[in-house]
Amino acid sequence: MNNKYVSRVGLCVGLTLIAAGTVAQEGDAERGQAAAASCSACHQADGSGMNVPDGESWPRLAGLDADYIAKQLHDFKAGRRENATMATFANMLNDQQIADVAAYYSQLPATQGQGGDEADETLLARGQQLAERGDWNAYIVSCQSCHGPGGKGVGDTFPGIAGQHAGYIRTQLSAWKNETRSNDPQNLMGAIAKRMSDDDIQAVSAWYATQPASADQESAQ
Amino acid sequence: MITCPRPLVLALTGCSLTVGIGISVYATSVFAQEERADAALNQLVHEPPTMEDLESADIHPELKKVIRYGHDLFTNTQQLRGENVFNDMNCSSCHLGEGRVPFSAPVWTAAITLPDFRGKNQHVNNLEERIAGCFAYSMNGVPPEYGSDEMLALSAYHQWLATGAPMYPDKPIYGRGFPAPEEPAEGPSYARGETAYQENCSICHQENGAGHYENDEYVFPAPWGDGSNNWGAGIARLETMAGFIYQNMPLGQPRSLSDQQAWDIAYYITRQERPQDPRYTGDVAETAERFHGRSLYGQTREHDGHVLGDHDNFGEKGDIKPWNVGMPRFENLSEE
Repeated sequence: MNNKYVSRVGLCVGLTLIAAGTVAQEGDAERGQAAAASCSACHQADGSGMNVPDGESWPRLAGLDADYIAKQLHDFKAGRRENATMATFANMLNDQQIADVAAYYSQLPATQGQGGDEADETLLARGQQLAERGDWNAYIVSCQSCHGPGGKGVGDTFPGIAGQHAGYIRTQLSAWKNETRSNDPQNLMGAIAKRMSDDDIQAVSAWYATQPASADQESAQ
Repeated sequence: MITCPRPLVLALTGCSLTVGIGISVYATSVFAQEERADAALNQLVHEPPTMEDLESADIHPELKKVIRYGHDLFTNTQQLRGENVFNDMNCSSCHLGEGRVPFSAPVWTAAITLPDFRGKNQHVNNLEERIAGCFAYSMNGVPPEYGSDEMLALSAYHQWLATGAPMYPDKPIYGRGFPAPEEPAEGPSYARGETAYQENCSICHQENGAGHYENDEYVFPAPWGDGSNNWGAGIARLETMAGFIYQNMPLGQPRSLSDQQAWDIAYYITRQERPQDPRYTGDVAETAERFHGRSLYGQTREHDGHVLGDHDNFGEKGDIKPWNVGMPRFENLSEE
């Protein structure tokens, strides 16, 4: 559209942040790089993470929204999001370091998702359907209705899921479905994940792993 | 908005017991087959085809192309921005689930109940004229011409969704419109509505109701303001808005809000400004008297004394006038 929307959305996001009291610290990417040293064993130096087919996949952090990353780290610390490994590492960071690390990863160029390549055409087609149109017969709304066009993320609440590793998307959706993850606002993700079959979760995870995470990546392909 | 709440209210009272039982099931499993089965006894229950069904349908490939285009226009109406659409909405912003979902004003119902007399413009409307009404009010725009590619594609999509449903059904239609929950014991409150809106809606629709565009692309529609429906839209009415919210919001969690919350939020939203009604006569009181029996248009807002609709802001379309508004029909038919 035009600048009117951009400024309007900017204003709204600003207001939301102030209201929620989440504008803790301004993150510094350079400091963040130093603080992120302990993260890179799993999330890798370039923030690409890793798809681990039969284990716990490590999400790509590169190019994710800084405030989203910061919120997750705070949630790990506070136990609102449960993961033994991440609780340990998040507890090593103070609020400033969380902001710095989040800024650092958000500014790295997004890398390609893994784990979707072996999916067959039928599975990918189902994944694309769920991503773009949903399956309203099961009252599964499309992923992009919140995660935005192409699943590239919306604001600091709805993370980019395109170009994320299939293994990570799958375990997270399953966690919401099984109520072992519930740090989403207003149960927006949980309500939908519960209506997804394991095949649906498989399908949409594979689809988004094959999709470009950013416009830059899209043009590079 | 294709909505006709009156007959629906009757239908619901006719089987209020059934629906009452159904609602609790619906809230948990959402797509309550039990409710549907009960409803089928005395209502028309129609399951519209999906876009996957279209691919395997035994119809001419050229028709499939046109229906696909109609679906695309319906779910991405923003492609007509600046030509037919002058706000931030898609058809599917209000008619969720591609116009198929019950209690989200499923649009196939128009294809089997029109042509019919319509109180809003006091003459018999067909499907195209009904869709044109949505463009003039809900899209704050100017409809594509009757018979144009866009109009034909949209009506083909509506009609195809009705595949197999009887024309002019003799039973009430299950899931038609946006049926509002019963008016709560306590009358709706602006202050409570504002709080409930900020708690339940603003994360997507924003605190100021502007909706959300990400990288200039539509994500969440604007419930009020310049980007929203104008004052002539059906959903600008309190009862319709309460029904929409109760049956559909927050997205993915229908009927999760209480009756009171739905009415309070609807009251708050419908007491905000939106683009002027294209039927505006230049005088808000006169326009209210002639066209607004059932909206808050022309009423005074308690907390700041603002008269709703008392402005000449037509939104992005400026002084462009939709050609269909006020267009007379059947004037040559004799008075009976």
